[in-house]
Amino acid sequence: MGNQMTNRSTTGTTPTSMAMTWLLMLMVMIGSSPAAHAELLIRITEGADSAIPVAVVPFAETGQIPSGDKVSSIVRDDLTMSGEFKPLPPEKMLSLPSSGDEVYFRDWRLLGQRYVLVGQLTRTGDKIEARYELFDVNREERILGATASSSVNSTRSLAHHISDKVYEAITGVPGAFSTKLAYVTLQRSGGKALYRLQVSDVDGKRARVRLESDEPILSPAWSPDGKRLAYVSFETGKPAIYIHELSSGNRTKIADFRGLNSAPAWSPDGRSLLLTLSKDGNAEVYKMDIQSRSLKRLTSHWSIDTEPTWDHTGKGFFFTSDRSGGPQIYHKSSESAEPRRITFGSRYNARPRPDNDGKYVYYVHQRDKAFHIARTNLQTEEETILTRTESDESPSVSPNGRMLIYATKQGGDSVLTVIAADGGAAYSLPASEGDVREPAWSPIVE
Amino acid sequence: MNVSAHHKLFAMVLSLGLIAGCSSTGETTEDGAYGSDVSAVDQDGGSTVYGGDDDGGVSSSEMSEEQRREAEARAARAEEAAMREITTFYFDFDTAEIKAEAREVLVAHARFLQANPGQNVRIEGHADERGTKEYNLALGERRANAIERFLIVNGASRGQTETISYGEEKPAVMGSSESAWAQNRRVELVFQ
Repeated sequence: MGNQMTNRSTTGTTPTSMAMTWLLMLMVMIGSSPAAHAELLIRITEGADSAIPVAVVPFAETGQIPSGDKVSSIVRDDLTMSGEFKPLPPEKMLSLPSSGDEVYFRDWRLLGQRYVLVGQLTRTGDKIEARYELFDVNREERILGATASSSVNSTRSLAHHISDKVYEAITGVPGAFSTKLAYVTLQRSGGKALYRLQVSDVDGKRARVRLESDEPILSPAWSPDGKRLAYVSFETGKPAIYIHELSSGNRTKIADFRGLNSAPAWSPDGRSLLLTLSKDGNAEVYKMDIQSRSLKRLTSHWSIDTEPTWDHTGKGFFFTSDRSGGPQIYHKSSESAEPRRITFGSRYNARPRPDNDGKYVYYVHQRDKAFHIARTNLQTEEETILTRTESDESPSVSPNGRMLIYATKQGGDSVLTVIAADGGAAYSLPASEGDVREPAWSPIVE
Repeated sequence: MNVSAHHKLFAMVLSLGLIAGCSSTGETTEDGAYGSDVSAVDQDGGSTVYGGDDDGGVSSSEMSEEQRREAEARAARAEEAAMREITTFYFDFDTAEIKAEAREVLVAHARFLQANPGQNVRIEGHADERGTKEYNLALGERRANAIERFLIVNGASRGQTETISYGEEKPAVMGSSESAWAQNRRVELVFQ
């Protein structure tokens, strides 16, 4: 079977295309850094004991293949990052097969490997084709054989695509390695702040700045088609909500009411946003139809109601409210239903993020003086604290529900950390300089 | 400005008021006071003048009473002006309750706004870094709203005030200590 893949990274904003389309405040610049900027580096802080041993054999190469991004190393890193796999270091391999007829199962069994991935890369013009095969060592069976291709400049996309297919073949769940992260970096110097909204691969590579401002940028949220971001920007001196189309760089200010304009969250059909406005007196959740801009108020209470997010049905939603005294997570099963309180474990639980199948809701949980990420099983109502770090914020679940990214403090700086969604392995993505915060994991887009 | 600075300023205002009140009684007393008491008195102005009071009362009592009232009013104005130097108000974690010691100062700001209808004020609410950013935006707004209500109840008019919340985005003090957090949970008044 032929797996043609498209390279989404080439659809990004080019500096020339936008320079003309924008009429912006002086301090705001978009796409000012077309190349990789302040790239994040992965640091492995903890591995999972139950990780599956897998051998990703270095791919054979025909023709001039760019040496910077080795496809097989990226696949190895991806699988490691998931926390569910423990790839074998290539120097421990007894042989380096590149096709199925060269695989001797006994060798890999000796090395304790459950799966072996082999492959070849062939360059034709500006295209690189990968032919790859995955074997189950115990059953001595080929469980995946496919080809995929990319332009010569986007072997990273090709590698992430192979990681997705390998992950799915073994776990039965689609991989999320080809998805993107949106996040905000902050550098302070001499009393000046520089906020940058960036989009990168999930491993922090190929970061690109999409918006730059010396006023706060907050709460990036992906549209379900992965083509647009909604966020809060203070660039005019007060908070407003914008929708930013990534391919063109076009932006629309869609909420600029008196008071708060915050916490945008897309509906599953991409047609409306949940948002928090205080135009009627205090923070309440509203639904805005993006086309008509019509508003419907969905909460009504003198307390703070904010941080809304649709549940997996797209009919109900979670939000944070301090109507009980401190912030807690609530759920409304429909727009008009009575809110039901979800969290009881401590006096501070906020910013809910549900997974895609309605099983868990993840949130920020205060225990003693520390803030952790916790989740509640919505069927059993059991609460589990997932992190051991102490200043944790902004959880975002991967679209396949298997990984979680959040922001935490490390030596005074804010860094991003990826963990398995059940609290297993952990990886940090430290910013090269300053803070990195508010990660948002994109949906899977074919 | 923090609370201890406020108290110091307040003490200063009181002593200034005393000087003004006493010196108004006439030049002679001032001369006498300085002449008689130079070595016994420290550099604190208040007690020096106090020593010479009333002795050489050459003015009529009616005149003196009027001047006294005038001086008192002047002192009160000076005290209010000094209090209005304080434009930052602090809050406990996850609350928007105005602290008792802030009330007097806020009343002074409210009176000033009432007396100067052309003066506007921007009320900026902030939170410390703990907890979530969006909730902190709402919390900062709640704090700003609490201060705005207080100013309006005490004489400011609605058209003079404007609120904005920055949540945890603009800390006054960097760092993750109790003391940094305490200084960051605040509302700042910016007169425009």
